[in-house]
Amino acid sequence: MKFSITVTLKKDVLDPQGKVVKNTLVNMGMNNLKSIRQGKHFEIEVNETDPIFAEKKVDEMCKKLLVNLIIEDYKINRI
Amino acid sequence: MKSSVIVFPGSNCDRDIADALEKMQFKNKMVWHKETELPKSDLIVIPGGFSYGDYLRSGAIAGKSLIIDEVIKAANSGCLVLGICNGFQILTETGLLNGTLLRNKNLKFINKDVYIKVINHESKFTNKYKRDQVLKINIAHNEGNYFTDSKHLSELHNENLIVFKYCDKEGNIDDKSNPNGSLKNIAGIFNSKKNILGMMPHPERMIDDIISNKDGVNLFSSLLN
Repeated sequence: MKFSITVTLKKDVLDPQGKVVKNTLVNMGMNNLKSIRQGKHFEIEVNETDPIFAEKKVDEMCKKLLVNLIIEDYKINRI
Repeated sequence: MKSSVIVFPGSNCDRDIADALEKMQFKNKMVWHKETELPKSDLIVIPGGFSYGDYLRSGAIAGKSLIIDEVIKAANSGCLVLGICNGFQILTETGLLNGTLLRNKNLKFINKDVYIKVINHESKFTNKYKRDQVLKINIAHNEGNYFTDSKHLSELHNENLIVFKYCDKEGNIDDKSNPNGSLKNIAGIFNSKKNILGMMPHPERMIDDIISNKDGVNLFSSLLN
């Protein structure tokens, strides 16, 4: 069973990398660009058959290591 | 006084801090991260460097290593813990210190001597410094931009847990003297019991006039006091 996890900085946390990427794209002529927030993406495969239990395990991985809950939000999707 | 320096793959200030501790007459031992027991220590130091190549987040992997469980136990029973640079990042990842270190605001690795002001001079780590003393200390980091939530920030202020703030040569604390965008110019903080100090500047690099200055010496002599 496979999951994708998207980790993004929380709304209130400054994202200097996203800001630089946005400015560069604007300089390249992409004038309709409103905002960019840069994040991280994980693809995780687990040896489980029960989707609810598997997602619970992936959620635990996020909380315990993959995500810094002080500054980051995350979304889990089954793929 | 007995000290232990924890060494991770990628630590690169472990020898510097060991030299500093030995020069200051600490009886020091190096402890590899795979150990499951700590030697009897009055002080545990988590040194600077790039543990695990900063994979995932600075300090995230080291913060889950085997020896860290022992460090947490010792810290909770009152042992003094000093985390410098990557050591500070590791301490936030373990939860021993609240908040986190974000990427520097200007997105650049900064390696230079900066000025910091001693905000709390009445602690086990800082009692040999004077109130508001300005120190010239080296910083060398990419993620030194301290961030925490507003509740913890007021706790830091109300309980005098901010130890050092970035300032200019005259001691002015403002945006211009903030090298990395750190919240309220914070350069070092205590936990609520004040037995754990996390700081981005490197006091172990400032113990000898031949290579720098001696502004870091009093941190170690405070511990011995």
